Amino acid sequence: MRTARRSESSDMRTDVTRSEVAVVACAELFRDAGEVLASPMGLIPALGAKLARLTFTPDLLLTDGEASLLDADGNVEGWQPFKKVLDVVVPHGKRHVVMGANQIDRFGNQNISAIGAHASPDRQLLGVRGAPGNTVNHRTSYWTPKHSTRVFVDAVDVVSGVGYDNARKAGLAASRFHDVHRVVTNLAVLDFDTPDRSMRVVSVHPGVDVKDVLAATSFPLDTSQATETRLPDAEELRLIREVVDPKATREKEVPA
Amino acid sequence: MDKRMTADEVAAEIRDGMTIGIGGWGSRRKPMTLVRALLRTDVKDLTVVSYGGPDVGLLAAAGKIRRLVFGFVTLDSVPFDPHFARARQSGAIDVTEYDEGMVAAGLSAAAKRLPFLPIRAGLGSDVVTTNPDLRTVTSPYADGEELLAMPELKLNVALVHLNRADARGNAQYLGPDPYFDDDFALAADRCFVSVERVVNTSELSSAPVQSLLLNRGAVTGVISAPHGAHFTSAAPDYGRDEAFQRHYVASAKDPDAWPSFVDRFLSGDEARYQSEVARFREAAA
Repeated sequence: MRTARRSESSDMRTDVTRSEVAVVACAELFRDAGEVLASPMGLIPALGAKLARLTFTPDLLLTDGEASLLDADGNVEGWQPFKKVLDVVVPHGKRHVVMGANQIDRFGNQNISAIGAHASPDRQLLGVRGAPGNTVNHRTSYWTPKHSTRVFVDAVDVVSGVGYDNARKAGLAASRFHDVHRVVTNLAVLDFDTPDRSMRVVSVHPGVDVKDVLAATSFPLDTSQATETRLPDAEELRLIREVVDPKATREKEVPA
Repeated sequence: MDKRMTADEVAAEIRDGMTIGIGGWGSRRKPMTLVRALLRTDVKDLTVVSYGGPDVGLLAAAGKIRRLVFGFVTLDSVPFDPHFARARQSGAIDVTEYDEGMVAAGLSAAAKRLPFLPIRAGLGSDVVTTNPDLRTVTSPYADGEELLAMPELKLNVALVHLNRADARGNAQYLGPDPYFDDDFALAADRCFVSVERVVNTSELSSAPVQSLLLNRGAVTGVISAPHGAHFTSAAPDYGRDEAFQRHYVASAKDPDAWPSFVDRFLSGDEARYQSEVARFREAAA
């Protein structure tokens, strides 16, 4: 039995897609998070959070996208309207948000507000939303499905999510709980674990060259420690394909 | 006291240059009947405070907004409102952009009659640089933290849409989320509440007592507005009308198509709007 299962799983793993690697990389954001609210914005982070809860972070809290907290079996286990989120959940800090980014710079400043000058934007986006508050109150990560020089820019146009340089400049109140954890993209996993808190490559996804990541990034990156992003194990792959995302919506966000 | 009035009577109370708070969140439980009534007036130069959805897009397209105070504008299932984007990109409106939590703190401060509330959100971001009037406040205690002093967001008028109310203004939400409608109500000099159904007070007890979000002391007028949040959601009475919202977005994106949307849906009264929506839905079915 064991042998048969192992060979079946290795067969499965030969056709692992990029999106499945990205889901696992997003799940890894929540490893050891414990009983913390995960707020994944976007499809791949949401799949990652669900996968993390089904595997190595079973205590994770997740919402239905509205006002209910749902457990892994779909039971309502809590009430969390938007007012509660802004009044106490964000400031209390037991939360890890994964936001998108129209632009992000080397210190992790993120823009979701507008492209161009704020006073007269070339392109209006969502607005800063909760990004300023999230980033100075609790752990924040970013997900971008298209790693490119348009997104990874020298300087963002409107600082929405606060990066390490701006948090430091704004003083103790801004830096006290500031914790930009990682950036996951369709090419790589990046973090800010460098002396000056600038971005570095943690790992590149299988099939991606470090050069590809550098070419898709406007600013220099420390690549000295870069490894390869791990593949899903057989059970993770089964959960992704059969439980978390049986309709394979992930493949549309990150084409193979 | 019977506070029932019509949407047009509410709109007639709104004067040029007023600051108007609009309840709901994104494309959820927006007081759209009241917004549509505003579109039919000549009022202009409004300062609008909103967790923005199509309320902002429609008012901006009609040239009603001078300044928007906001944290976002989104249609939820559709990320961007084309009218709001155009208004921003053409410089037609001024904006005061805050973090979502700062908007909540500003409304809460106004409701509590405090000049400001301290908040961490905004520090280090361009919310500070784009709002040069924002000040910080230093904790008088040993920690000495320097926090943002979010100024109160006082409103002349708040417009909100709930599920039920009695004629006296006791108002009830039956969905999962009150949003910030109670803060909008208490931050305003006057609050007008449209509801899906005006009921006898005794009927308000059919849901848990905590669903009674606003008591009559906070409410100036009650407007009977069935489908009054359309095309946004008013759970559990109805969900968002996604097909109609897509039609709104497609029309708003195309300057050539927008006049026919206005002509069909917005040029008449609310009854005409609702009957045209019914026809639209039949044709789509």
